[in-house]
Amino acid sequence: MNVLVCISKTPETTAKINFVEGGTAFDSAGVNYIMNPYDEWYALVRAVELKEKNGGEVTVFHVGDASSDIVIRKALSIGGDKAVRVNADPKDSFFVAKQIAQYCKDNPQDIIFFGKETIDYNGAEVGSMASEMLDIPFISFASKLEENGESFIAERDIEGGVQSVEVRAPFAISSAKGIAEQRIPNMKSIMMSKRKPVAVIEPVESETLVEITHYETPPPKSGVKLFEMENLEELVRILRDEEKVI
Amino acid sequence: MSVLVFAENLKGVCKKSSFEALTYSRMLADKLGVGMSAVTIGTVSNIEELASYGADKIYQINKSEVTPFDSKQFAKAIADLAQSIGATTIVASHSSQGKSIAGRLAVRMNAGLVTAVNSLPQEGSDFIVRRSLFSGKALADYKVNSTNKVITVIGNTVPPAKSDSVSDIVDAEVTLGAASINVLETKTVDGEIPLPEAELVVSAGRGMKGPENWGIIEDLAQTMGATTACSRPVADADWRPHHEHVGQTGVAIRPNLYIAIGISGAIQHLAGVNNSKVIVVINKDPEAPFFKAADYGIVADLFDAVPKLNEAFKNVLAS
Repeated sequence: MNVLVCISKTPETTAKINFVEGGTAFDSAGVNYIMNPYDEWYALVRAVELKEKNGGEVTVFHVGDASSDIVIRKALSIGGDKAVRVNADPKDSFFVAKQIAQYCKDNPQDIIFFGKETIDYNGAEVGSMASEMLDIPFISFASKLEENGESFIAERDIEGGVQSVEVRAPFAISSAKGIAEQRIPNMKSIMMSKRKPVAVIEPVESETLVEITHYETPPPKSGVKLFEMENLEELVRILRDEEKVI
Repeated sequence: MSVLVFAENLKGVCKKSSFEALTYSRMLADKLGVGMSAVTIGTVSNIEELASYGADKIYQINKSEVTPFDSKQFAKAIADLAQSIGATTIVASHSSQGKSIAGRLAVRMNAGLVTAVNSLPQEGSDFIVRRSLFSGKALADYKVNSTNKVITVIGNTVPPAKSDSVSDIVDAEVTLGAASINVLETKTVDGEIPLPEAELVVSAGRGMKGPENWGIIEDLAQTMGATTACSRPVADADWRPHHEHVGQTGVAIRPNLYIAIGISGAIQHLAGVNNSKVIVVINKDPEAPFFKAADYGIVADLFDAVPKLNEAFKNVLAS
């Protein structure tokens, strides 16, 4: 079974978010970048588990410049067999999806794994786009994926519950909490990852249909107003009469 | 040049997310000076209710091949309908269904895509919409340059508003593609407003000490008509069901009121809730980081404060 795991690079969860150049660019000064947690903890680990059971190959796929090599090496230390880096700025979702689709047309995969979304843009766009470009099923927000003979059974998170579906390879899946448990690479796997191949390929071009014209940070909260136990009715009145939320 | 909105249903019922999407789309269409239709896929038991939310026309796709949900089958059907009726802007809810089809639709229609939009387009000739990034820590304006556009609208962007007129309900003339997946079962909690749609949320964390103590949380939620939620450690310990977990790895929500009880306010939790309009925090530790993100706070033992807050709600709501 050959699977592709698409990983992206994001500022870490605790990073300070600022913009420069008049709100047109993200301020990356002092920002620490990590592998997108949903890609790492869930998509990659489930892909590696399936390979460990069935054999085959896990290819880690990333769009980014050479500064991404550190997250690619981490993915290889967690269990990817090889990596492909498209040497380009991941300028928008459509561009990234197009690189994935092109690679999979040239190198067919049984399953393409994504995280449920990235923690920076929170768009959940690339998996759906790449699936359409490849004309394959897409199981989104999957909290479970199990083999079932010739097919697979997945559970996907929906509003207030779960939906279970049966799907046959090839398909794409976006991974949420529950599908796998985070793995911490040990020293041996970190050393081994340095010998695994990373191919660098050039991008295919795509049209830019959407652009970000302005960024800003929301105004800070004005500060918490504290209430004593004997004044809780006053709090409820404020919620009703001033905030008008109840 | 019209607007077409995908009105999703779950187990045959259109809910608030669809009513909001229709209301938003009506406002958008009026702003652009174009028509607005909706499309439903599968049998919808409350289609008459949907018909009161301002669409000129509701197209039903209700054939035997329809699956409960298949992003591939649905995206093709919606794109084909859009082409046949001349719709260029597609609106969907930013929900599990909407997010799954939006990218596919954008590819099919060669459309610019913006997800999680939280406002109507800005004034002016360009189509510019706003959304939040970095789990609410930033906002960005997206300009869509293509004629065809696909957007998903996040919950609580506009309150659902009924129209004086009633939509015509017609059958859509589209050919459905084969199902690409087989939906086996759809399990939802009955009788509860799902968290992404809830306007009022009462959420509790490790400060509760154990699952047997949740009665006071449920009592408060019942008084308020709120939905219950929980923090990650509580869901991980199986004190509460997985679908109640809000935060970065769980559900991201933006209710009008979020009451956080016995939750310290780790950044991963805030990432899922900091788009709430008003946040009230109850914690006995005055140094809990959540107070920095809160509008109102009560520094007290939650086992004293929650029943008293419940009484306060009862008294005020009765007055």
